[in-house]
Amino acid sequence: MSIIIHKNTKILVQGFTGKIGSFHAEEMIKYGSNVVGGVTPGKGGMSHLNLPVFNTVKEAVDQTGASTSILFVPPAFAADSAMEAADAGIKTCVAITDGIPSHDMVKIKRYMRRYPKDKKMGLVGPNCAGIISPGKSMLGIMPGHIYKEGKIGIVSRSGTLGYEAAQQLKDLEIGVSTSVGIGGDPINGSSFRDIIEKFENDDETIAVLMIGEIGGPQEVEAGQFAKENMSKPVIAYIAGLTAPKGRVMGHAGAIVSAYGESAIEKVELLKECGVTISKNPSVMGETVKKVLVENKLN
Amino acid sequence: MDIHEYQAKKILSDFGVKIPTGGIVYSPENAENKAREIGGSKWVVKAQVHSGARGKAGGIIICNSPLEVADATDKLLGKKLITNQTGPEGKIINRIYIEEATDIKHELYLGLVFDRSSESIMVVASTEGGMSVEEISKEKPETIIRSKIEVAVGIQQFQAREIAFGLGIESKLISRAANTIIGCYKAFSELDATMVEVNPLVVSHQDEILALDCKMSFDNNAMFRRDEIAELRDKTQENLNEVYASDRGMNYVSLDGNIGNIINGAGLAMASMDMIKLAGGEPANFLDVGGGATPEKIVKAFKLISMDTKVKVILVNIFAGINRCDWVAEGIVQALSKIEIKHPLVIRLAGTNVEKGNVILKKSNINYIEALTLEDAANKAVKALG
Repeated sequence: MSIIIHKNTKILVQGFTGKIGSFHAEEMIKYGSNVVGGVTPGKGGMSHLNLPVFNTVKEAVDQTGASTSILFVPPAFAADSAMEAADAGIKTCVAITDGIPSHDMVKIKRYMRRYPKDKKMGLVGPNCAGIISPGKSMLGIMPGHIYKEGKIGIVSRSGTLGYEAAQQLKDLEIGVSTSVGIGGDPINGSSFRDIIEKFENDDETIAVLMIGEIGGPQEVEAGQFAKENMSKPVIAYIAGLTAPKGRVMGHAGAIVSAYGESAIEKVELLKECGVTISKNPSVMGETVKKVLVENKLN
Repeated sequence: MDIHEYQAKKILSDFGVKIPTGGIVYSPENAENKAREIGGSKWVVKAQVHSGARGKAGGIIICNSPLEVADATDKLLGKKLITNQTGPEGKIINRIYIEEATDIKHELYLGLVFDRSSESIMVVASTEGGMSVEEISKEKPETIIRSKIEVAVGIQQFQAREIAFGLGIESKLISRAANTIIGCYKAFSELDATMVEVNPLVVSHQDEILALDCKMSFDNNAMFRRDEIAELRDKTQENLNEVYASDRGMNYVSLDGNIGNIINGAGLAMASMDMIKLAGGEPANFLDVGGGATPEKIVKAFKLISMDTKVKVILVNIFAGINRCDWVAEGIVQALSKIEIKHPLVIRLAGTNVEKGNVILKKSNINYIEALTLEDAANKAVKALG
């Protein structure tokens, strides 16, 4: 198995008829993802890309049985759309939108807490590349062909650095079970820890590559989780060795503002947790390969 | 986005926080009049720049007459203030804030930030006002009070009281102090702030609780709904190239090195900077042209890098996803037909249609060094420095 999305996962596109939503919905369909329709308020009843358009997520879920959605809604309306998905019974929502205010993210997360655990939506992102389970389904904006089907779990804050890793692995003939982009915002839906826990529980995944960066506590929290709870090896690269303190480096969340948030500190803390560090971004693939050989997993 | 002290104080005072009487001035003459208007016998002349540690850098001057206020203003206006936070280039002083001097009994620290672990708003307070929060956590960590606020219901009176009692404030001043804390919280939560710092928050000999210095930062992503905050932006406090970039939707941070970077994606941009450093070089900037990396964006990026006089070599590293390397390559060729680049240029393309992209670059007449991997690109860029 892969994590979160599989061959038959039914997908809804929120912000379906917009330019970006349409483009990526088509790419996902081409890849083989099971896109069953979309939501654009006011355009219900239309057909778009030969699929039905609904006014509300609730209606779309009722009629298609979709469990998963992907969000291309502009920042000002994205929080509302994510909460609508949570309320309609969507199990996983991937928010691609970049630029959602932090105060809105806090609001979404509080809103999701009203549902009991078995009914609670998992939010991935925002400001992320999405999720791909190679050969099965793509729920995101990544170039699908750079991912080889296989057994490594990838979780990355950065989109392009996740692509870099997938390409390096493919060049070494190593495949990926699922790759998850958790996004570059300071407050996000799923943390590194949330995702590596899913990889630990996945039969197919044999090792996890975690690609972090400066800012925030999530990489180290994941390292502590790995130390206490994981049987599978974790390899990590942390970007931003040369990033100055107190400056936002592109991603709203990539800012060193407290102890433990710089790349050097994160690397040290992760090493203490038994995580293998890829010492530079050019050797992420090689480092994974080395760990697989050492653990006789190749 | 950062704002000036006087702007932050105005906002806090709108939320019920007491501040000393003061006013903004733009000339020495203006300053002298303002001092008389404020009244009293002692004034503080404060340079308005986007930086802390202004006092140590000579940006805050205490004066005993309106004439001294005028002199101090004259001394500061138009100068660059160099603090331990501005870097060696400093920041220009265009505005001066004149304030009545406060008769200080105690100096306290009060800060509000997003706590990324608990995803709530955290109030941080300490009895050691006047020091930076980093200094306090290093030297007097036992004095730090932290209180997490549940954002769904907001700060409660009892939480504000607990903090006030924790700061050792006298019983008769507790409700005043609590209202100050609540005012700061409201400003934070209602205006899309990401940081409010009152340092010091003082108790005066007249039993007033006053915000003596204040810093506020706001979420750039929320500016679409905060016109009143967006208009407080002072571009003279920002790096010129950074303003150019942010006005054109690019993420750019100016750094001290001499290898200019054009990269798509923030993570890949940080990673490329790291590789440059490992190869023995220093990046001149961080630049994320965005996941899209359209030809228009590439043109703007080259323009931006060519504005930086420190740059001696340019490194382009694009991992094309959906948008294909052949398209990116055409963007580069197009950009270089419009802008003349005198420095060595290293280009690394990867991802979709990389072969086609490289063919386009080779067939063009642009003079560049081809790199295959991240590491190769960084090594070649450092080598090209000569």
